[in-house]
Amino acid sequence: MGDWAGYLVLILEGAWVTVRLTVMGCALALVVAFVAGLGRIAPWAPVRWLATAYIEFFRGTSIFVQLFWIYFVLPMTGVSLGAMEAGVLALGLNVGAYGAEVVRGAILAVPNDQREATVALNMTGWQRLRHVILPQALPLMLPTFGNNAIELLKATAVVSLISLADMTFQGQIVRSQTGNTIVPFLTILVLYFLMSLAIAGAIGWLERRVTRGLDGVR
Amino acid sequence: MEWDWAYAREILPLLLSGLKVTVIATVLGAAVAAVLGLVFALLRRSSNRIVARTAGFLVQFIRGTPLLVQLYFIFYVLPDIGIRLPALAAGVIGMGLHYATYAAEVYRGGIEAVPRGQWEAARATNLTMRQTWINVVLPQAVPPMIPALANYLLAMFKETPLLSAITVLEMMNQAKSIANSSYRYVEPMTMVGVFFLVISLISVAILRWLEHRYGRRT
Repeated sequence: MGDWAGYLVLILEGAWVTVRLTVMGCALALVVAFVAGLGRIAPWAPVRWLATAYIEFFRGTSIFVQLFWIYFVLPMTGVSLGAMEAGVLALGLNVGAYGAEVVRGAILAVPNDQREATVALNMTGWQRLRHVILPQALPLMLPTFGNNAIELLKATAVVSLISLADMTFQGQIVRSQTGNTIVPFLTILVLYFLMSLAIAGAIGWLERRVTRGLDGVR
Repeated sequence: MEWDWAYAREILPLLLSGLKVTVIATVLGAAVAAVLGLVFALLRRSSNRIVARTAGFLVQFIRGTPLLVQLYFIFYVLPDIGIRLPALAAGVIGMGLHYATYAAEVYRGGIEAVPRGQWEAARATNLTMRQTWINVVLPQAVPPMIPALANYLLAMFKETPLLSAITVLEMMNQAKSIANSSYRYVEPMTMVGVFFLVISLISVAILRWLEHRYGRRT
């Protein structure tokens, strides 16, 4: 029985790595999503092309291939990354590409007369975005962002394949050391599920906060 | 590191044989997902509350946990309880099960989007249940589902590299074994990425066409 406590600690250590990967990956994805999403509707064509190329590339190839490419191929060109950095980078860039489309869609969904009104009020580009467009676009983005965050959490399992000791990796270790298959895998499945419930809960809370005061507007 | 064209040409046949496995896994997985998805969707509509809630929880659980861990679960746990499966079969079942939960949501959404009036009209004109489904509901529910289902097919295709983790010799695994025996990562990894990108871009073009052809007209 004492052994099992040790193995549980091992899995929980892995869970901590998974949580850190998810949080940092989400942070990077959020930044990238806004940069690329705004880039896609920028008034300058080269910026639009660049953003489109980035989005199509990262949505078109799988996270797995991107991760292996970043971890194994980039070092040969002189850029050496640790497993953790490679994982965060791959997750952030991949999910960020999906998020960029969400940002673009939500901003375009804000009615055009709102934009015209800001022009009539002589607001600067930044003021329009900050005070009029984003406060209305954000509630539209949140539900999909929540789904994307859960997809990111699920994608973190892939980093175990570049030998980063996340929860899946530790689960495999426990399996190979104990020969027991159902306990470690069921444990990590339940932990992943709890994490995704936590993300869904957090997004639900955020959604209620952001839409506060918008009643009657929509 | 230099890009070696001769080497790239040399490993091309191996990668293409991997691509074949990738495509087979995707097609079989999609078939499993389409059928199982229907089962999930029907179970969730069941009038028995316990059945409906259990199915709902199962769908949520599968959607909230990583495909990789589910694949491990099927690959390592099933043999312990006496079910021996070849790796490819385990992979197909795992992917099919995972995407069935997504397909179930699409089916549910499509069926619920058929206006109530259609059901009532079918009843008023004295159609049998079978006639109602085949002649009234499905012809209206299915076309809007097609783009969404195609989208998940593409997502599944991009997740097939995960099968390499349970020893299926698909494209990614071929690339890894080539890389490990020759210590050259640049060509195999990049070529796999390019293959995925090309196939995805073609698929996205088809997807846009499907959306245009079958998408919900607003």
